[in-house]
Amino acid sequence: MRIVFEKRKTLSRKAIFLVPLASFFISLILTAILLAIFKANPFVTFIAMFKGAFGSWPNFTETLVKATPLMLTGLGVLVAFRLKFWNIGAEGQLTLGGIAASWVVLFWTPFLPPWMVLPLAILVGMLAGAFWAGIPALLKVRLKVDEVLTTLMLNYVAILFAEHLYYGPWRDPKGFGFPGTPQFPDFTWLPRIAGRAHLGLIFALVLALVLWFVLNRTRWGFELQVIGNNPGAAQTQGIHIAKNIMTALLLAGALAGLAGVCEVTGISRRLQQGLSIGYGYTAIIVAWLAQLNPIATIIVALLIAALLVGGDQVQMMMGLPASMGLVLQGMLLFPMLAGSLFTEYRLRIIKTKLRDAQSG
Amino acid sequence: MKRNGLLITLMAFLAFTWVLFNGGALGTAKADAKEALKAAFIYVGPIGDLGWSWEHDTGRKMLETEFGDKVKTTYIESVPEGPDAARVIRQYAQQGYKVIFATSFGYMDPMLEVARDFPGVYFEHCSGFKTAPNMSTYFGRMYQPRYLSGIVAGKMTKTNIIGYVAAFPIPEVIRGINAFTLGARSVNPKAQVRVVWTNTWFDPVKEREAAVALLDAGADMISQHQDTTEPQKAAKERGLMSIGYDSDMRGFVGDSVLVSPVWNWGSYYVTTVKAILNGTWKTHQYWGGLKDGIVKLSEYSPRVPQAVKDLVAAKQQEMTNGTWDVFYGPIKDQNGKEVVAAGGKLSDPDMLNMSYFVEGVIGKAGK
Repeated sequence: MRIVFEKRKTLSRKAIFLVPLASFFISLILTAILLAIFKANPFVTFIAMFKGAFGSWPNFTETLVKATPLMLTGLGVLVAFRLKFWNIGAEGQLTLGGIAASWVVLFWTPFLPPWMVLPLAILVGMLAGAFWAGIPALLKVRLKVDEVLTTLMLNYVAILFAEHLYYGPWRDPKGFGFPGTPQFPDFTWLPRIAGRAHLGLIFALVLALVLWFVLNRTRWGFELQVIGNNPGAAQTQGIHIAKNIMTALLLAGALAGLAGVCEVTGISRRLQQGLSIGYGYTAIIVAWLAQLNPIATIIVALLIAALLVGGDQVQMMMGLPASMGLVLQGMLLFPMLAGSLFTEYRLRIIKTKLRDAQSG
Repeated sequence: MKRNGLLITLMAFLAFTWVLFNGGALGTAKADAKEALKAAFIYVGPIGDLGWSWEHDTGRKMLETEFGDKVKTTYIESVPEGPDAARVIRQYAQQGYKVIFATSFGYMDPMLEVARDFPGVYFEHCSGFKTAPNMSTYFGRMYQPRYLSGIVAGKMTKTNIIGYVAAFPIPEVIRGINAFTLGARSVNPKAQVRVVWTNTWFDPVKEREAAVALLDAGADMISQHQDTTEPQKAAKERGLMSIGYDSDMRGFVGDSVLVSPVWNWGSYYVTTVKAILNGTWKTHQYWGGLKDGIVKLSEYSPRVPQAVKDLVAAKQQEMTNGTWDVFYGPIKDQNGKEVVAAGGKLSDPDMLNMSYFVEGVIGKAGK
């Protein structure tokens, strides 16, 4: 008897819903065991985490705050992943978007009518993100340079560049020498809709819908699909692969850049330490768990954000060390990522005896 | 069959949600029963860093021993500086914590933002400069014991190169490096202090790497402004000595740590909470020094000779008497330009703003 993985011929609708749900329950059980080892009541902990993320309106808005950059970067990563272009660079694209938006706000404001600054900052920030993703895309299509390395390395370049700016030339002269740009003038702040949740959330929701339509209902979306699944076939069908990689990556970068713009204009209202604390990397998990579906990305981003926000409670209410919060997040994510295997593949038990009889 | 499966899953999910909500309601009802002042502490690293956060946590525990069941404390560790901190501070305020101590510079703006929304809660921010009617700042003149530890380092280095692993190029850290250097050069004009920035408060790996780089560059003594004991351990592994920081690191590393300038937050925490309980709390900017006891020099390692101890004791006396302080002129900057004239001294705002290195420091005070 042998057990083999067999690729499902068609994606079963049931599997798409049941597999993540089953994975989630397995995660809960694993986590519960771990908590029990640390003498924390698993039920109380889960309740505390759930309430921390959704238990009250202010808490929920904080979950939305956290979810917004994950949604936008998640959408960006997803577009690239559809092409099997492994864009690990959302973190850097986000950072460069934030830098560019800060540049507009800090240096263009005197020359522009006030109402124009924010829209322009958004535009320039998105362009900057697109530029940052465009570099590895160009290197890939022209010189076949591995994108995993280039996108990853450019993250460090962008982050160090941001540090250079707020420790150096852009440092607030009235900030007692502390790192960070001056605070942006209030007319350039991205409007907040509830608590600290800002307009970026609306952008993310609208863009997810648009992206879903583009990817599933347009010729371009279909072309991306073909390139991702079978570049050879795409070539013979006359699909221009290089051009598609470029446009998809520019779009991906623009989305991550927008996340950066929203963080600096909506949340911190200045460029400073802690602009991105790994959103661009978490975005990879988000896109993957969402199985590269834009609508699912929104939901997954919200759940991951809830996990991060609720994770505070592990410390605040349960008095467990901070590292436990991270371990819990890992324990919750791992079975879900592993589980995603089962939506595409299924286990098949092959009875060797039968085969022997047939062949014999 | 297919439908049944879905139905069962749905029921299970609903049941789970119900438990979540109702169980939670029970939990809060119980917690409210007790009437104690609730105090929360926010740490930038884990308390297991044996340095910065560890010392704050020692202060927190002093509150518990001092006030017993009149005060209930809690803490959260490893909270990133920046926007995330606002969420954590807000949650504590919402959960009925009456006083919140935020113990890292980067919590300043987030705390100010939350303080505006909770006028009935007392906010205490360590190391910043922004206040509100319900938000104070507190810090210590760590540069004083740092100067003293510099004397020890200056006397005991043989290569005359002292390595200094430093977190961020901000005034607090620059001030400490300058004070340390002035101390070292007051007894050994040939001493140099070489600085490596790590751009992190808490990263054991980076801190160690920086220390190793400095040792490779010829340093035979390591000092630091970080949150962990890793730079000290790196020096010890090469059989070299070091100066600790934050806590008495000799206890964690060994006698190779000659002495440590240390924090003593407990007395400030106790005074603050007492003021809140008595209703006498007012917004303030506390910056205590050696004479207030919030900063001090730890016990010495047996390797420090008595003559050095005597030198230090004499200077310490001048500082506690108030007859002399670290940044009294003449002081030259790194490029030889006089920044404090003979007979002059730096004011508090000048010290809080410090962004240049003094003569004898090798490194850049900016990025």
